[in-house]
Amino acid sequence: MSLMQEMSQRALDRGVPIAVQLDVTYRCNERCVHCYLDHDDHGEMTTDEIYGVLDELAEAGVFFLTLSGGEVFMRRDFLDIVDYARSLMFCVKIKTNAFMIREKEAQRLSELAVQDVQVSIYSHRAAVHDAITLLPGSLKRSVKGIRLLRAHGVKVVIANVLMMQNRNDHGGVKELAQELGAEYTIDPTITPMMDGNRAVLRLGLGVPQLQEAFRNSDLIGDAEEFCAPPPQVTDDVMQELPCSAGHTACYISPYGDVFPCVQFPLPSGNVRRQKFMDIWRYSDQLNEVRSITLGDLPVCSGCGHAATCSRCPGLAYMEGNMRGPSTQDCEKSFARTGITTANMRRKQTNQMTSGLVQIAAALAPRSASA
Amino acid sequence: MSALYIARATQVAARSLDGEMMIMSAKDSTLFTLNPVATLIWQSADGHTPLAQIVEQKVCAEFDVAMDEALEDAEKFVSDLAAHGILLASDAPFGSATATQEGAR
Repeated sequence: MSLMQEMSQRALDRGVPIAVQLDVTYRCNERCVHCYLDHDDHGEMTTDEIYGVLDELAEAGVFFLTLSGGEVFMRRDFLDIVDYARSLMFCVKIKTNAFMIREKEAQRLSELAVQDVQVSIYSHRAAVHDAITLLPGSLKRSVKGIRLLRAHGVKVVIANVLMMQNRNDHGGVKELAQELGAEYTIDPTITPMMDGNRAVLRLGLGVPQLQEAFRNSDLIGDAEEFCAPPPQVTDDVMQELPCSAGHTACYISPYGDVFPCVQFPLPSGNVRRQKFMDIWRYSDQLNEVRSITLGDLPVCSGCGHAATCSRCPGLAYMEGNMRGPSTQDCEKSFARTGITTANMRRKQTNQMTSGLVQIAAALAPRSASA
Repeated sequence: MSALYIARATQVAARSLDGEMMIMSAKDSTLFTLNPVATLIWQSADGHTPLAQIVEQKVCAEFDVAMDEALEDAEKFVSDLAAHGILLASDAPFGSATATQEGAR
């Protein structure tokens, strides 16, 4: 067990929220086609309110603090917020599109010793990247921002969200990351809108494209190991927790709403009305999330992929049931291994049954009442 | 022997978890954890109190350990953390004109 895993386990045992993502705004200068947010300002927390929340988070034992948005630099007080967070000794990670990072911002982030800055880059080609952000010139500006950060010694992670629109550009983005001295990560997950609208999912990779990506060693490392059939499901696996959401991590919106995770929009309290620690300890919603083990999942507990599936409880929740399957993760498990999931087989059975009922209804004698 | 003064580096993240300090260096993302004695020294590293005084008044007062032994261990601990840039050490109080830092690079 690594030291990090050891500390995470200790946090879990003690009920400590070791990692929190705080979105400081939903406003953004880009309009990414796949974004799950409503970018209007519905009453963001003030600077002092955020300072108060940060005080509470430090008191609660939070170590990893991710500041994200929206675009964080849409807030004029963002560097003050980072400064305050660092004075409380958080390990600060920032997510930004880097469009608004100039010399001053890069230098300040370096002085404040933030852990890393994650920047979303969709393509090394401006035509593709800018068509996703819907902001002309955005790739050029983001790359310029990254260069400034790197020149000041700030660690940068380029996050490459894969979707149909940019599915052939990951190699180019990876090369760009190398050239810039940045780390590179990919993520093929498109998240439904926070209001439940799932229309954006159509932009995501389909199974054939996932299969191609998962067999590309440049992207995922050892493809043979990554795509290996899942190991047998044991009793120990059934006791496992789905993920850190609600257990050692949570998410706070710009309006003070607390959720188990940014991808798990189950309202669990609001720091404008309650103390953070009261929400963390006593929220019925968070306690329900914590009570669920793999063995409690009616479909997934009977699935052969249970031991290795990346099932996201938040995506399952947005699909209608936090104890249900997450179809997107079922597709990933299938794309990796070629083995159908319990959820896929259930849907196929339902479709067949549904077809039989329709046939039966068509064959049934009609009432003569008309 | 001259006094040794210690101060927490500002380029790190730190939080106490269950009485033990977690520290991450921004420079190389290395994670450290300190045992309760080391945590007490870290928390007392205000840049103005000599290490010997911290050991005598805090460590020896709270833990069942002899002064000589505790001070020797503390000096080694300070040297290790200073080498990683986690702690700053100087032969004069921090902020004074004569402070010479070790481990500040």
